[in-house]
Order: sequence, then structure tokens, then C-alpha cells
Amino acid sequence: MDALMLSRLQFAVTGMFHFIFVPLTLGLSIMIAWMETRYVATGDEMWLRMTKFWGKLFLINFALGVVTGITMEFQFGMNWAEYSRYVGDIFGAPLAIEATVAFFMESVFIGLWIFGWDKVSKKVHLLSIWLVAIATNLSALWILLANGWMQNPVGYVIRNNRAEMVDFTALITNPYGLIKFGHQIVSGYTVAAFFVMGIAAWHLLRKNEVDFFKRSFRQAALFGLVSAILVAGIGDMHAVEIAKVQPAKFAAMESIWETQKNAGMNLILLPDEKRECNAIERLCVPNMVSMLAFHDSTAEVKGLKDFPKDERPPVLPVFLSFRLMVGLGTYFILASALAVLLSFRKNLEDNRMFLTVLLFSLPLPYIANQLGWLVAEVGRQPWIVYGVLKTAAAVSKSVSTLQVAISLAGFTILYGALGVIDIYLLGKYARKGPDNDLSGIINVQGRG
Amino acid sequence: MEANVFQIIWFAVWGVLWGVYFMLDGFVLGTGFMSGFLAKNDTERRVLINTVGPVWDGNEVWLVTAGGVTFAAFPTTYALMFSNLYTALLLLLFSLIVRGVAFEFRGKMDSAGWKSGWDMALTVSSFLPALLFGVAFGNIFKGIPMRNDFATANFAYDGSLLTLLNPYGLLTGVLFVMLFAVHGSLYAAIKTTGELSDRAGQMAARLWLPLLVVAVAFLGYSYPATKLYSNYISTPVLIFLPLVAVVSLLLVKVFTSKGRLHMAFLFSCLTITFVCFTGVAGLFPNLIPSSLDPLSNLTIYNSSSSLYTLKLMAGVAVVFVPIVICYKIWVYRIFRGRVSNEDVLGNHEAY
Repeated sequence: MDALMLSRLQFAVTGMFHFIFVPLTLGLSIMIAWMETRYVATGDEMWLRMTKFWGKLFLINFALGVVTGITMEFQFGMNWAEYSRYVGDIFGAPLAIEATVAFFMESVFIGLWIFGWDKVSKKVHLLSIWLVAIATNLSALWILLANGWMQNPVGYVIRNNRAEMVDFTALITNPYGLIKFGHQIVSGYTVAAFFVMGIAAWHLLRKNEVDFFKRSFRQAALFGLVSAILVAGIGDMHAVEIAKVQPAKFAAMESIWETQKNAGMNLILLPDEKRECNAIERLCVPNMVSMLAFHDSTAEVKGLKDFPKDERPPVLPVFLSFRLMVGLGTYFILASALAVLLSFRKNLEDNRMFLTVLLFSLPLPYIANQLGWLVAEVGRQPWIVYGVLKTAAAVSKSVSTLQVAISLAGFTILYGALGVIDIYLLGKYARKGPDNDLSGIINVQGRG
Repeated sequence: MEANVFQIIWFAVWGVLWGVYFMLDGFVLGTGFMSGFLAKNDTERRVLINTVGPVWDGNEVWLVTAGGVTFAAFPTTYALMFSNLYTALLLLLFSLIVRGVAFEFRGKMDSAGWKSGWDMALTVSSFLPALLFGVAFGNIFKGIPMRNDFATANFAYDGSLLTLLNPYGLLTGVLFVMLFAVHGSLYAAIKTTGELSDRAGQMAARLWLPLLVVAVAFLGYSYPATKLYSNYISTPVLIFLPLVAVVSLLLVKVFTSKGRLHMAFLFSCLTITFVCFTGVAGLFPNLIPSSLDPLSNLTIYNSSSSLYTLKLMAGVAVVFVPIVICYKIWVYRIFRGRVSNEDVLGNHEAY
């Protein structure tokens, strides 16, 4: 393995690890802000206990999201210096704006939220968690606009040996980035909804704090259903955008080799990259791929063979990730719809079978998020900026293979250890259940 | 001409960001690696961690912003700074990661071994960034062994982690450690109560003289080791920058002796920012000089973004930075009180 391969692997490892924590932060911040809103509006202490219990899990998760995020910013310069120099004029802007506009807000107000229970009024405290939730989602917007530019570069010219920004408006209205942002945040909300439902199910199975967890479950079920439907809806828009601007990625997602009109979708399919065809094709739904790509059953879909071999992404991982993600997305809609129905019945806690299924569904939206990013990033290969710069030309020249090997090993060990500790702590505090002790906020009651 | 104006503005912003970052994270890092010397038991450790608890994350964002601004305004410098100093930055990253989780995780288990493990982690992961930032900036002041051809975009670096560990780099590293040690001790003194506060104040007083010795050595050694003085010789008015740094450092001593520790801390803030400004102003118009060939220097002229990007980012900064500063000051005011033993013992939300 050379420095290029190791750098790619390192970016994948650190990016995917970072992305274990981000989706939950996106969704759980909103759910907690909602719980605290209900508390401030009704004065019902159950809402306060919910805010505190889910808030504790939120913070354990949040810490790792923050610290692993810095790695992502540093890595562009450390491992991808040629990329950074070549596109920094346009790509650096959204990152710097993210830090200034979103990251400050998030980190300052999370401090106020954690430590401010007895220092500020209820309303200011509530405001701080809403600002955290907004900032977190705003942060995602700028990051996805940056990534959207790598997928569908707009608003630049090649000048002075690099890509220079000429149209900021094009960058921030890039449909690719905006759709991706929409798809991503609701995917994060789905993670949070299944996280809350899964832990609530664990407690309900033990008849532990039944009222508390039934209420948590119902909130999460509704949030999850709306989010899961939006994931699919925006995902459909995303597929149309990909078919339009990244036809090679789209062809890999559906494993289409020959350019064809009325392209059908084989429900059972296995790509054979060597022979440039599909080894197995069964149960074809006619016109389905054309419909997905262009919302037109007769539309022509480009096949992989239309692209030179060295400009095709690896087909099998992109195809499998996409299929599995779509399958999981469908499951999330069905499962959360059922969860909503059952959560309005009195005896949710007696439905042991369904609760067990939901408990074990907890990791699935995490997996779907990772698969989505695999489709996005592996599907863009061999380009780092689609059609503009190849990944192989973007790597740092002054960094040796040994240096990257050491750093990759270091990240793997450090992240591995932190991941184990974090999941252990999440498990510990999730099982412990809500506290009855509301210390730290006693003083605030009079000040409301 | 207009391009030059914006390049100079962004150079100034770049320097200010680093200065503010060192001032703010300086006391978090300092409190972190001094906590073992200042605190005598677990409760006092928790008190110290809780003095920085509400603000450490927001302070660290100044680093992310400094990095982001380097990327957006001087992409070539960003690319070469981060890739040439790869291993040093890697150690810095690992430290910042461990420090952040140490705050959050330490109090999450009731076991002595768990806590002392995280105490050790916090000490090391606070000390290393202080040292590494110093070593990195020492080497930036001195220049690093790179050959850059800007016309053909060919860049070569002829150094390693060991190249950075030269006497001048190490001296700057020690300077940063001492600055942050005094800064962190003063912060601990004004943010805690009772014996812990007294102990921290005495620590700051005791470390001041060693800091002065290192600072004098740094100023002296900078003359043969770097070209930082040349801007001060050609533009004498700039001398107010090191002057503010020196006077502030002396006032730290005056106010520490008088027991007016809030004032001492304020001047410690000024010392750190103006030490940073002194170095950065000495670099101008370079961002990172080459130790091999002046034509290879990374300057604000050969490594900046286009005028369009510089202007756009200036607009963003003019609108948002004042907002950030306002809410930061507001939150600092909310947490202006001291943290006592009773505060952490009676509060389950505390770290």
C-alpha cells in the first residue's frame, strides 16, 4: 500500500468513525429541545426528567462527535495538500463559514446548557438547547454544501493553476448540496428516533418507569415516522439529481452496464465487474430505473460501459451499499408507522415481540447512514472533485507512506479505544434509567 | 492594489485569531496540565475541571476557525503547513481529542482507577499542545526547510519531526508552556475558592521568574535564529507590540504580588496575545518563511485566495464575528462566579 491508499483508508476510517456520532447529535438535539419546551410550557416534571435523561446520553455522544470533527478539518491539509491548494479558494470558504457561523454557536451554548441549570432562567436555558440544535443542523448545511461542491462543482473557474470561486451564490444554491443536506438531516433524525425507541423498548420490556418510557417512545415514534418518510422522499430527489449530474455513479448504484431506454430494475442482481455485466438478474420490474432516475418510464439511462474504465467507480460496493440502504429505509418507514400505531394503545409494554424487534433495530439507522456515505464517496471515485480533480492527484506529496501508516494505526487504536468506552458509557447510563434527583436545577424553580 | 489590501487584512485576522486562541485555550491547557500540582484531592480536581467546563469547547473553536481561515484565505499555506508539519499536527490532534473526552468522561464512573487514568490523560493531553504549538510557531518564526516553486506549483519539504526539535523551536515550546502555566494558575486562582485558590495564586507567583528568564532568552535568541527583528528595524512604530507584551508581563508580577489576581490574569491575557502578535508582525509579509531560500517563502501574496474569496470572507467575518464575540462575552459573564467544593459536590450536572 502506498501513501495514497493509506490516506484514503485513513479518511474513510476517521470519517466513518466521526459519523457514528454526528447523526444522533443532529436528531437528538431537536428531540431534547422539544422535551424541554414541553417542560417549560407545562411545568410537568416528567418532561424535565426526560430532558435530563436523554440529555445525558446526548452529551456522552456529543463529546466524541466534537473531538473527531477536528480531525476531519485538519486532514484536508495533512493528507490532501494538493487538493487543499487546488480547491481551497472555493472549498475553504464553507468550512471557515461553518466554524464562524455554526460551530461557535453550538459549542458556546452547549456549555451554557450543561452548566447553566441554576445560573439562568428556564426560558434562557431552553433557548440555549434550541440554539445548539439549530447550530448543529446549520453546521451540517455548510459541510454538505462543501461536499456538494465536490460532487457537483459549480461557481468556479480554473485560473492560476487552481479552482477559483467566481460565484458564491451558485455554491450555496447548489441543488446537489441542498438536497444532500435535506437527506442527511432527516437521516440523522431517524437515527435519533430509533435510538430513543430502542432504549425505551429495553426499559418497557422490564416494566421499568413505564410512563416515562412510553411517553419517550411515542415522541420518538412520531418523529421517526415523519423523518423516515422524508428520508425516502428527499432520497428520491437525490437519486434524480445524481442521475443528472453524476451518471457514472448512478449507473453503479443500479449496476446498469448498457445504456438503455425503459430501464428496468432487477430485484435480485449481482454485478460482475470483470465481465462488465451482471452475473445474476432476476425479478425485473419494468421501467423502474428509468422512473427513479428521470421520473419518466421511457427515459434513457446511461450504462457504465459508456464511461472509460478508469472513470468508473467500483461497482459492487456502491451497488450493494445503495440497495441495502434503500431496503433499510423502507424498513424504517414500516417499523416507525407500526410504532406510532402501537404507542397510542394502552398496553404498549405488553407487546414484547415488537419491543424486542425495535430494541434490535437501534443500530440499523446508523448502518444506513454509513452506507449512504459509502455510496456518495466511493461512488464519486476516481474523482475527488467530480470531473475536475482525481483523488490520486490530490494526495500530499511531502507525506511519506510510513507517516500515514503510523497515523492510520494511531487513529485506529485511539478511536477504537474511545469507541469502546463511549458505547460502554452510553450503555451504562441508558440502562440506569432516569434520575429522580433533580439537583442542580432546584434553585431555578423560583426564577422561571 | 486592492488585492494587497485584502491580503493584509486577512494576514491581520490570521494573527488575531491565533492570538485570541492562545489566550483562551492557554488557560484551559494551563489549568489542565497544572491541575496535578494545584489540586490535592478528587474534589479539588473536579473544581478545576468545572472552572473550564462551560467554556473549553467554545475556546477550542478559535483553533478550528484559525484553521478554517488559513484554508479559505491562504489555501497554499494551509496545505503546506499541515502536510509539512504532519507528525507534529498528528500529536496535536490526538492530544486535543483525548483532552476533550477526558473532561466529559472523567466523572462518568465512580472508580479511583478510572479517575486517575483520566487525570493522567488530561495532564499529558494539555501539556503536549502547549509544547507543540510553541515548537511549531518557533519553527514558523525561524522558517522550515521547504523549496516551493509557485509558478509550476511544485512544493518540496526536506524535514521531519526531528527537524522541528531544534534549540530555538524547543525554547519557544518552553516559552508557551511557561506562559500557559502562569496563565492557567492565575485562572484557577480567580475561579476557585479557599486553599485551592491560594495555592494557585502562589504557584503563579513562583512560576513568574522562570517565565521571565525564558521570555528574555527567547527575545535574545530570536535575533540570531530568526529574521523577526527586521520588520521592527524598518518600521519602528511596530515596537509597541513587544512593548505591550513586556510591560504586561511585568504587570503580571506587580499585581500577583499585591494579590490583585484578576488584574494579573488580565495582563497575562495581554502578554500571551501580544507575544503572538509580536511574532506574527515580525513574519510579515510571510506566513511561513523557508529556511532554505527566500523565494520559497509562503507569503500573503503568493499563497492567498482570489480577491473574490477574500472579499466574500471579509463580509462574512464583519457580520458574524461581532455576534460571536457578543454571545461569548455574555456566556462568560453568566459563569463569572467562582466554583467551590460545595458547588461540584451538590451538582450532578457538573463534570
